[in-house]
Amino acid sequence: MMRRLKPFFTFGLLMAVFMLSGCSDMIVLDPKGPVGAEQRDLIMYSIWFMLFILLVVYALTAFIVYKYRDRKNHKGYDPDNEGSHLLETIWWIIPIIIVIALSIPTVKSIYSLEGPPEESKDQKPLVIHATSVNWKWVFSYPEQDIETVNYLHIPEDRPVLFKLTSADSMASFWVPQLGGQKYAMAGMETELYLQADEQGTYEGRNSNFTGEGFTNHTFDVLAMSDAEFDKWASETKADAPELSKGQYDKLMLPGHVKQMTFSSTHLDWVDHAKNPEYALDARERLGYEEKLPHSKAGKEEKKKREEEMKKLEESESHGDSHAH
Amino acid sequence: MKWDEFFVTGDPMIYGADVSIVLTMVGILFYLTKYKKWKWLWDEWLTTVDHKKLGIMYIVSAVLMLFRGGVDALLMRTQLAVPEAKFLDSQHYNEIFTTHGTIMIIFMAMPFLIGLINVVVPLQIGARDVAYPYLNAVSFWTFFIGAMLFNISFVIGGSPSAGWTSYMPLASNELSPGPGQNYYLLGLQIAGIGTLLTGINFLVTILKMRAPGMTLFRMPMFTWSSLVTMVIIIFAFPILTVALALMTFDRLFGSHFFTLQGAGMDMLWANLFWLWGHPEVYIVILPAFGMFSEIISTFSRKTLFGYKAMIWSMLLIAGYSFLVWVHHFFTMGSGALVNSVFSITTMAIGIPTGVKIFNWLFTMYRGKIQFTTPMLWSLGFIVNFVIGGVTGVMLAMAAADYQYHNTYFLVSHFHYVLIAGTVFACFAGLIYWYPKMFGYKLNERIGKWVFWVFTIGFNVCFFPQYFLGLDGMPRRVYTYSEESGWGPLNMVSTIGGFMMGIAFLILVYNMYYSFRYAKRETTGDAWDGRTLEWSTPTAMPPFYNFAKIPEVTGLDHFWRQKQAGKVEKLKAEDIKPIHMPSNSGVPFIMASFFFVAGFGMVFDWMWMAIAGIIGVFATLFYRSFEYDDGYYVSVEEVIETEKISK
Ligand code: HEM
Ligand SMILES: [Cu+2]
Ligand SMILES: [Cu+2]
Repeated sequence: MMRRLKPFFTFGLLMAVFMLSGCSDMIVLDPKGPVGAEQRDLIMYSIWFMLFILLVVYALTAFIVYKYRDRKNHKGYDPDNEGSHLLETIWWIIPIIIVIALSIPTVKSIYSLEGPPEESKDQKPLVIHATSVNWKWVFSYPEQDIETVNYLHIPEDRPVLFKLTSADSMASFWVPQLGGQKYAMAGMETELYLQADEQGTYEGRNSNFTGEGFTNHTFDVLAMSDAEFDKWASETKADAPELSKGQYDKLMLPGHVKQMTFSSTHLDWVDHAKNPEYALDARERLGYEEKLPHSKAGKEEKKKREEEMKKLEESESHGDSHAH
Repeated sequence: MKWDEFFVTGDPMIYGADVSIVLTMVGILFYLTKYKKWKWLWDEWLTTVDHKKLGIMYIVSAVLMLFRGGVDALLMRTQLAVPEAKFLDSQHYNEIFTTHGTIMIIFMAMPFLIGLINVVVPLQIGARDVAYPYLNAVSFWTFFIGAMLFNISFVIGGSPSAGWTSYMPLASNELSPGPGQNYYLLGLQIAGIGTLLTGINFLVTILKMRAPGMTLFRMPMFTWSSLVTMVIIIFAFPILTVALALMTFDRLFGSHFFTLQGAGMDMLWANLFWLWGHPEVYIVILPAFGMFSEIISTFSRKTLFGYKAMIWSMLLIAGYSFLVWVHHFFTMGSGALVNSVFSITTMAIGIPTGVKIFNWLFTMYRGKIQFTTPMLWSLGFIVNFVIGGVTGVMLAMAAADYQYHNTYFLVSHFHYVLIAGTVFACFAGLIYWYPKMFGYKLNERIGKWVFWVFTIGFNVCFFPQYFLGLDGMPRRVYTYSEESGWGPLNMVSTIGGFMMGIAFLILVYNMYYSFRYAKRETTGDAWDGRTLEWSTPTAMPPFYNFAKIPEVTGLDHFWRQKQAGKVEKLKAEDIKPIHMPSNSGVPFIMASFFFVAGFGMVFDWMWMAIAGIIGVFATLFYRSFEYDDGYYVSVEEVIETEKISK
């Protein structure tokens, strides 16, 4: 029997090595801000419990299976042994205790994540509206009166309050190294606090499936010092072009675009949290019609979009998008 | 509609599929005609109301769907094996994961289990049939037709691509135009009718048709789990029916329940979907629990440990299954109180589940464990399912779930639960009851190969995905960059996926091999079993199951009789004429009309849809004027079948 179980043991050992060596490389376990850190701590706390449970179950299984395997001069057979109040009470109570032990920090974290991080509670959070449109992200800074597409700049050590909404499909705003995600939905506004404690560029993305362009529905988050942020904001306000309604309507078309910067925001004329129909209306105004993906028309449309993407990537690599 | 919108064109893989579908059809037609099998097919299978045959048809369909869903899975894993692969494009990948998820849950796991329930439960409770045999046939054929309707989407009109969850507004006309999403709505709707009917049918069967003496607390565990499952079905499926109908109105008739326009509420869909969807997960896991209970007890040669606790934990799980649906969208911003409540209810499900695990372990304690293949699958279940279970508890912790949600951590978790729970149970149950269905066992040596290759492949495939999830890899992406660093683990995962594919092929080979070479069973008790299904004298029970209905005096009645050396021999004078229902072609024809109606609605051809619906009502009408009360099997025929010498 031991021989038969060997693959299991070897495998378990391999996996354990895998896990211990890999831990620090995994971005969720390597957060760069207090929100992500709180979640990492909760995750690690639960992992210890789970490893303990696995250990108990596996040890017990191995012991029982080995000891009571059918063989010559088998001892201890008791076919009518059908229960034990003591044992059963034990394994009702222990899981209850474990669940309580897990519930308390979970509930605490759930509540604390609703507001700005503890350490920076007294600072006024920077408010950024994040709007998802298939398949791009529009970020509006109402206070600075600027707008960016597919990237954002944030000051470090200061809470950022994201107000999330969507112009069409339901998306999920996620910057794994800064903290967990939240949905962005048309006709709704959800709020998410994040904060970066280290300067750097973090990858953010939509993680809720939104159709064909979902995979590349991403953005960059640049965390910088307060001074640099203010400098960037005022320069943008001064240098970047204004966002026109026509331009914004074009953004409503499904597809990817490069990073863009504007010195005004779309919040002046539409709030998708209040007007979920805006994007569809804009598409209609522009004469856009979604094609059947398998029809000739659909395939031509797709080819066109792919070519546009390629052009975009080329222009990107020549560095003529915006300057960070 | 133009031709290029009707047939899916331009993809060599699809052309390959077209050709193979046509060839298979021609092959089947040729075979049936050449060997004059048409009449046999109609009389023995298409019109049957015998629960065992319906069960076998369910299982055969489910195995075919496992193949289809498995090929989809391997296509996805191939695309994900290396960064920036060009094997599938985005649209294609999206269609594949949508059909994979839908087929695996709705058209593979559930029918497989319902198939085994069909074969086994009437036998386990000592009944000759189910409560409504005709309805049972309707259930099967509506499931089958729903599955076929869903399946042809990839060659005719294009598959759905909004995920098996079909979140609105993505699944609306504006963002997912065309027939694909309609296939999803109609395929599930038609199959759902069958499932709901099964729920009612087996609830009544188990409550009303038990052999004398079999009280509720003397029922075998598999029957218990089936009973609880049927209750869940009856409460959950109407929600799905309504939700699908509302979305169908949105797509076909311009209503605005879930759309962006007209004050539609997309979150309402998510709520309705998971209000059905979470209980659905338990519909496919509870029968599995029941099966493992039977198998572990049989091959430990011991009574199930904590029988009553097993039942109570199952009832608790069933109740809880309706109270946790919000854990699928903790990130929807429902507020701290709501998330806390649903975190705790979800974690609480872990308690009765844990109790069951310990009861299984202690069923083996002081037993005499035999490592047959069904037992190996059950042990494999325990070892692997706990990984799915503990990660489920991790996901239940809402604050942490904000980081796991929509990532490969989740993908890994639900495969650990669904494969190590449901699929292992399907294999275990199939092998265990195979001799009941076909009169011989599957080869044990080949079976063990299947087990080891599959189980190792399964872990190689899915364990690395926990780490991919923690490294930020989202689910449903069709590719990823080299810099992400996700390449190596994905490659490992793909290798594991192919190992499972190979194991499936060995399983199919085993069926062929055993059909050719396995020793035929001579008694009905192939494994030295404990429950009534093993008490029939012939290897395969005759169509009326029991010549004489057994009388039950306790739990594991048959086993105790055997222990006491008091198994009753069937005597000719005990036999009375047996009443049985007649076969009927109506369920098959009715389901065919459902297909016509469904196909018409998929393409928005209302004339066709109406014609189909009229056909459905015509068959209902016909049936309600059919005065057929079945017939009696004569004593002579029973004596002949049971080989009793006078
Ligand atoms: C050979 C074994 C299997 C492999 C290799 C496999 C692989 C996969 C892959 C690659 C995905 C897509 C992940 C993504 O892109 O997000 C997926 C999704 C899924 N699988 Fe499996 N799978 C297997 C078996 C099963 C089984 C047996 C079930 C259910 C009983 C199942 C249920 C699902 C579901 C529900 C989804 C989600 C689909 C969606 O996101 O819409 N899978 N699987
Ligand atoms: Cu909402
Ligand atoms: Cu759930």
